[in-house]
Amino acid sequence: MVVARQVVSEASRRRLLLALLLLTIVVIALTVWGVSRIDDLRNAGQPLSDAQKKTIVSQLLILVMFMFSWVLSLAAVFVAAPAVSGELESGIALAILARPISRAEYILGKWLGLVALVAAYGVAAAVVEIVAVQAVSGYQPPHPLEFLGFVLGEGIVILTFALALSTRVAGMVGGVIAAILFGIAWMGGIVGGIGAAFNNATITHVGTATKLVLPTDGLWRGAVWSLEPSIVIAAQQQAGPAVAANPFFAAEPPPAAYVIWAVAWIAAMLALAIYSFRSREI
Amino acid sequence: MATATGAIQLEHVTKRYGKVVALDDLSLTVERGVFGFLGPNGAGKTTAVKILLGLTRPTSGSGALAGAAFGSKPSLGRIGYLPELFRYQSWLTAREVLALHCELAGIDRARWATEIDRILATVGLADRGTSRVGTFSKGMQQRLGLGVALLDDPAVVLLDEPTSALDPVGRHDVREIIRALREKGTVVFLNSHLLSEVEQVCDAVAIIDRGKVVAQGDLAQLLRASSVRVRASGVTREARAAMSRFGELDDGADGALLIRGIDRERIPELVGAMVASGARIYAVEPQHESLEERFLSLLGQ
Repeated sequence: MVVARQVVSEASRRRLLLALLLLTIVVIALTVWGVSRIDDLRNAGQPLSDAQKKTIVSQLLILVMFMFSWVLSLAAVFVAAPAVSGELESGIALAILARPISRAEYILGKWLGLVALVAAYGVAAAVVEIVAVQAVSGYQPPHPLEFLGFVLGEGIVILTFALALSTRVAGMVGGVIAAILFGIAWMGGIVGGIGAAFNNATITHVGTATKLVLPTDGLWRGAVWSLEPSIVIAAQQQAGPAVAANPFFAAEPPPAAYVIWAVAWIAAMLALAIYSFRSREI
Repeated sequence: MATATGAIQLEHVTKRYGKVVALDDLSLTVERGVFGFLGPNGAGKTTAVKILLGLTRPTSGSGALAGAAFGSKPSLGRIGYLPELFRYQSWLTAREVLALHCELAGIDRARWATEIDRILATVGLADRGTSRVGTFSKGMQQRLGLGVALLDDPAVVLLDEPTSALDPVGRHDVREIIRALREKGTVVFLNSHLLSEVEQVCDAVAIIDRGKVVAQGDLAQLLRASSVRVRASGVTREARAAMSRFGELDDGADGALLIRGIDRERIPELVGAMVASGARIYAVEPQHESLEERFLSLLGQ
């Protein structure tokens, strides 16, 4: 689809992809160096046990991937928030929408192009990072494919939200709104975890509500779970229910119903974006 | 192709933005030729074009563009449009922008290269086809926009202030392009506040001010209603009252009287009425009113 291809071509011509990939390579190089130094660590003069090393590598990987998921999501926001509003402001959209192409096709094309960008960047960065860490340390996360699915899902959720905003508000405004809500959803997940730890139903419900309203953090928990080796899960569970508040830990994957909810949420948000753009005066 | 209902048709179209009336009961039909839509900035010209294209919905009223509903695919498939706010993808080359529009317009891929060559030659960008649009001057971007509007010989071409960024040579080129379109039978809807532009290429015009059409017709007809200078003495108040029935009465700087907006055929009648009221007439000089004067007098009303 021609609009989708334009999104990708714009990103590559404007060297967005290049910038992201170069920065990502720097991060990956640093983590590889860091992981390679774990063997030099000593605990009371003794080399670390394999279990200790595995825990450290897996936690390090989760931290790096957490940063990736933020970069991925915020980059998705920055690209999606002006995707429509920017073209309307500049006037580029006028010539395009005067062609025999419906508003729905235009939005779907933008969305597909943005999803392709997020997927390409996310897959490339995550695969290289996981493979590099494995090459250096021999550690492989237990569910790499599920991890990709959850992280891309998180990016696509926030991207679709920013695109819907873009049909109505300026790119800067939409970007700020989406970024703030993304942060709030993350906080909501922590708050909900605290509620669970202290058996406070109200606070737990707040966390659950934010997970449903903007399913970014819920999907992130899935991503964390898919990177955790079983020894980490076992160790954390012994620490009691308070760990639920830890945004870098998840004892179990999100239920299938939640994944279905997230997919439905994306579809509904996309439909809202199309409806909003259709009824918009240009 | 132009249909029985007219290539461009607006029927009682009104557009309000909150309390602001952008278009007030606009009706017009264009069957063929070059139609000039004239008005000062902010008169509602661009709103009218956006309604024709379905970019904006009218508050009330109806119509058609190229024989189909505003903004429908059959309508948009038969037209070309140069927006007033013309901007094209700065990261693409001119050829790529045209190729993008070939694809959006559904032109057979095998024809793209020849069509793009033809368009670049028409708008005078033949040697800049492979340059990025980001390196173009405003005038070149407007030429490119005109090229985009001319792709695949549309039945109707809507040009919104097509020479706003062009130098005199560019303006001349655009006039030649518009004349060539008329030769081919293309219907051209030209939005402009430049009277000379409209005067030189249009067959018919509508003059719009604050959302209302204040005059409409073919150019010759519009200009026929002109003004006359009368040198006379003994012009009583009754004589002045009689004169102002023929048009708008003004005292000229040299003591002559000026009657604007009078139909030429009625000048003898005017003289008769003045004589009957006791005025002595020394000279009657019909004035050729330019479109500019006509425009200003209409807007002044």
